[in-house]
Amino acid sequence: MLGTGLIQGLAVTAKNLVGSFHDPARYTTVEYPEVKQKLPEAYRNFPFLVAENAEDPMGTLRCVACLICEKECPPQCIYIVRERDAKGKVVTRPKVFDIDISVCMSCQICVEVCPFDAIKMDQEFEIATASRFDALLLKKEDLAKPNTYYHQIHPKEAAEVDAILAEQKAKAAATKAEAASKSEAAKATKPASATTPSPAAPRAEAPKPPPAA
Amino acid sequence: MGPHHPSTHGVFRMVVTLDGETIVKLKPVFGYLHRNHEKLGENTSYLASMPYTDRLDYLSSMTNNWAYAIAVEKLAGQPVPERAEYVRVILAELTRLLNHTCLAGFLMQDCGCSGTPLMYAFREREYILDLFESLSGSRMMCNYQRFGGCRVDPSADWLAGAKKLTDRYGMFLDEFEALLTGNEIIMARTQGVGRLSPELAINAAVTGPMLRATGVNYDLRKVDGYGVYPRFDFRVPLGDHGDVYDRYMIRVLEMRESIKILQQAFAGLPAGPILDSKSKNRGLRPKAGEAYGRIEGPKGEIGFYLLSDGGANPLRYRVRPPSFINLTILEDMCLGHTVADAVIILGSVDIVLGEVDR
Repeated sequence: MLGTGLIQGLAVTAKNLVGSFHDPARYTTVEYPEVKQKLPEAYRNFPFLVAENAEDPMGTLRCVACLICEKECPPQCIYIVRERDAKGKVVTRPKVFDIDISVCMSCQICVEVCPFDAIKMDQEFEIATASRFDALLLKKEDLAKPNTYYHQIHPKEAAEVDAILAEQKAKAAATKAEAASKSEAAKATKPASATTPSPAAPRAEAPKPPPAA
Repeated sequence: MGPHHPSTHGVFRMVVTLDGETIVKLKPVFGYLHRNHEKLGENTSYLASMPYTDRLDYLSSMTNNWAYAIAVEKLAGQPVPERAEYVRVILAELTRLLNHTCLAGFLMQDCGCSGTPLMYAFREREYILDLFESLSGSRMMCNYQRFGGCRVDPSADWLAGAKKLTDRYGMFLDEFEALLTGNEIIMARTQGVGRLSPELAINAAVTGPMLRATGVNYDLRKVDGYGVYPRFDFRVPLGDHGDVYDRYMIRVLEMRESIKILQQAFAGLPAGPILDSKSKNRGLRPKAGEAYGRIEGPKGEIGFYLLSDGGANPLRYRVRPPSFINLTILEDMCLGHTVADAVIILGSVDIVLGEVDR
């Protein structure tokens, strides 16, 4: 009969309309500014830099300014200048670390390629500003956030990262101790060579390059 | 018509010559959303092109990622673990559900059913997007596939959620069909409109649901059997008339087949690594050569052609966009119909302008 399809359709809309009053499955909207949905742990939008210590974020950045993320960033929104000491030698610390979040496309590739777990994705999304330029160019000071914050937003991932970093640290310490004990042994066997510098000693003192994960 | 018209699915312009209300000539004008995608691909590393593929067809980023990953895997000779293949199938079929549901909603919006079907479609889409968000971190720009597997291993909770969604999706489809399929107004509006002959469809290289609605049995999941698709039992729905109604029906039937594939994939999902241990993503330099990777995306055959000279960037990077190629026959379908019909014919082609203009 002509019109049965129409009536059937209207029955569906009526079911949804009535259902929206008592069935949460049919009432799916959220009154946004007042009510906020919990974000999933994996949610990402813009990167931030992890600092070990909340008191001194600038001094304890994990970033060593290796420029890998700057090179790999698809829209090239990262700009890094390495710090140099008084003699002009490169120090493993960024002097400038800017992210232009008006260019950033939240792809997470910087996080993936970072061998030091220094850059991670933030979850803050209410960042609308009135200015197009300065407010959207985040400096090192804006980007640095403590590790505790990282634990807060990505608890599972942060715990894994901490475990890996602790393991790496322990390994580095172990190799260092081993090298030191070896040089001690070398010194002990050759007491006459105390005046001449032992070839093993400077190698043991040299800072170990962090292993590329 | 256009470029800023709600019926044009983005910034797309049609120069229509009319005789009374009948279309005698139709010239599509596009390029308003051109972003230099292919040239960007030639100037960035292989990995850096992956997030850009999300932005081609922004409704189905997972399948775009997959097609690109297949192309690079072919180029680099990279094997993919079995679990990753299953996860890719699951995500591709979820994308198909998402895309087809949205399309049905958009098409009804173009017909003039303002709101209701589109809102129901978006309600369901939201659940799938939530799944994508909790897996990949982003709702639409997933950037999830990698060369030799996937980025994140889906947790048991995620899989349970996806399975639950799949199980109740059939119920939603029943409701959606009760609303639309038998509706006399929709039938009157869409049947016999925008008819496409199988010969023209084949000659114009039309693929996907558009082609199958004309009755040509061509589905890359069966023809190529890429990934683990040969292991699943599913049918390819075919149309008869090649009109707008058939294109709508094909999509509904494909969604039902997708649900079957999803259920089989959840049942057969093996344990194991998600990313091949020898896979290289950063600084990938495949040997000189060429590769074409293609899959059956929700809109048709999405393919990536890559030519490598052994460097860090591809020498040539070309996308075969289903939306764009399906759009080439728009004039043939619209001639002799009214302006209001041109709107629903364009809607039934299922285009995303991000992919047309690239």
